[in-house]
Amino acid sequence: MDVLLIHVLNSLLYASVLFLIAGGLSLIYGVMRIVNLAHGNIYAFGAYVTAWVVGSVAAGASMPVWLVLLPVGAVATAILGAGLEPTLLRPFYKRAEEYQLLCTFGLLMILEDVMRLFWGPYPLSASALFEGFGSLTFGESIYPTYNFLVIGVGAAAAIFLWAFIYRTKFGVVLRATSQNMRMASALGVNVNRVYVEAFTLGCFMAGLGGAIIVPSQSAVLGMGVDALVLSFIVVVIGGLGSLEGALVGAIIVGFVREAGITWFAEIELAVLYLIAALVLLVRPAGLFGRP
Amino acid sequence: MSVPPSPPRPASSTARALRVAVPVVVLLALVPLILPAYGAILLAYGLVMAIAALGFNLLLGYTGLLSFGHSAYFGVGAYAVALMVKYLKVGSMELFLVGAIGAAVLITALFGVVCVRYTTIFFGILTLALSQVLWSLAFKFFWVTGGTDGLRVPTPSLFAGLVTGSGDKIVFMSHAYYYYVLIVFCLCVALMWVIVNSPFGMALQAIRDNETRAEFVGVRIWRYRWVAFLVSGVFTGLAGALWVPLNGLTTPDIMHWTFSGEIVFMTVLGGFRSFAGPIIGAVVFNYLKTYAVGYTVYWQLLLGAVLVGLVLSLPTGIVGTAGRLAARLQGRH
Repeated sequence: MDVLLIHVLNSLLYASVLFLIAGGLSLIYGVMRIVNLAHGNIYAFGAYVTAWVVGSVAAGASMPVWLVLLPVGAVATAILGAGLEPTLLRPFYKRAEEYQLLCTFGLLMILEDVMRLFWGPYPLSASALFEGFGSLTFGESIYPTYNFLVIGVGAAAAIFLWAFIYRTKFGVVLRATSQNMRMASALGVNVNRVYVEAFTLGCFMAGLGGAIIVPSQSAVLGMGVDALVLSFIVVVIGGLGSLEGALVGAIIVGFVREAGITWFAEIELAVLYLIAALVLLVRPAGLFGRP
Repeated sequence: MSVPPSPPRPASSTARALRVAVPVVVLLALVPLILPAYGAILLAYGLVMAIAALGFNLLLGYTGLLSFGHSAYFGVGAYAVALMVKYLKVGSMELFLVGAIGAAVLITALFGVVCVRYTTIFFGILTLALSQVLWSLAFKFFWVTGGTDGLRVPTPSLFAGLVTGSGDKIVFMSHAYYYYVLIVFCLCVALMWVIVNSPFGMALQAIRDNETRAEFVGVRIWRYRWVAFLVSGVFTGLAGALWVPLNGLTTPDIMHWTFSGEIVFMTVLGGFRSFAGPIIGAVVFNYLKTYAVGYTVYWQLLLGAVLVGLVLSLPTGIVGTAGRLAARLQGRH
């Protein structure tokens, strides 16, 4: 029973981080119709910044300071995103999708090496924060308390995002632009501004995912590329462009991955892709996608 | 989207292409006699990549489908050879090629059925996802594939055992194997030229330019796309098989989707709107990457910047830009 509980908690942990990454990817695609291949590296960037600030710059500080500094990676990524959209992505909206993919692939290569340049080839960790939380005991098993924080942030992000998109004026403008960019523009929406804001928000989510996971894991080179591939599965299952889909997809992938690591480690990724392929065969636009 | 002018009479365009191709082939054949061994081996890598990019471009340039999963077929070719060495103790290059083509046909036929139902971004994501499945299998089933250590492939015998690599490996690679690669390369280029100028190739271009019209004319879109996918994957698989003996080792890295990105990169570098673009792009990319890796540990930064700059300012690639420059010069005279 305790073991089962641990498995469920681990699944939710994966799901939280995956939702933050894939949700950002999906949001950006939903609004701007761009698949950002560099999105995984943007998540990694958030992880690196938080690991660097919490683990190195403020290494001598105490727990409350570290907690306050935790979101710094997300803020840094949001700033990065706000800078990238107008300079690198805007020239590509009117051109064929192939060029957008290629440009973001180039960005992926650049970001990977920028992180290597700044923080070196070795893993960067902020484990003091993780250890400071201690652990809880369930019967025979122990579980790190910090992971509850990650699950909590993931859940809070989902609720906040839902409220933001369905209950605010900005959300209305965002959805309008997503559904019909020309019409929204004709009605007086500043589409360029909406695009910057959507891209920044998407990057912020990915950066937040990286920032909250880095105390329990380390920031390593290549983590972004791995995360991108997993979030592709999430958005293919859930439907590209749908936030509900990203949430459901992240939960499915989180549970399957946890089961995979426990029982079928060799074919874990293959099983995930098989599920994605099955979903595509039955519902080509994903579970929640617009066909 | 600019459409390349379709050749009015294929026979005359073939004659024109031969006038360019024959001197180039003669030049390529002289390379091992002029350049030091390292130069010839480097060019052999470039020619192998050119076969892969040529196959890839049948999908991107002629059918309008951007695959981000061609590393899978390259890897299938490479691993087919490595597994033939490991389990069947085969050492003949011709058998390697046959085995690799067979394996590539199987995998691409299967993947193609799933992928060709989609176009644009979904096609890209799906091909990427499926290639990652193969990568994860090559990575995790280490007792078969050697995991990250990969599998070693010894020097094969060429031309049904007439040429064996018993002597110095570098001499063998820079001469006998170089010519072997060159011959296969020429055959592949000729075959691809026939394919893209055949009615089948014309139908693919019709699908690329206007899917709905092509369907109305009577082209069975899915089937044509599937066959194009198959041919494209097999060319890339063949390149993988040629690449393994050259490299001596195959690791899961060549199945990872970032390698697919490199295949896309070289094709766009050369220009995917022309027949020769991917060939030139692959050879140039091979030099570019070799020197970038030798020059700095931050070679990805360098290549990434080149790629972004390329798609921003020279989207038609080397061949397209050269063509425009030539046209401008002619106009001035």
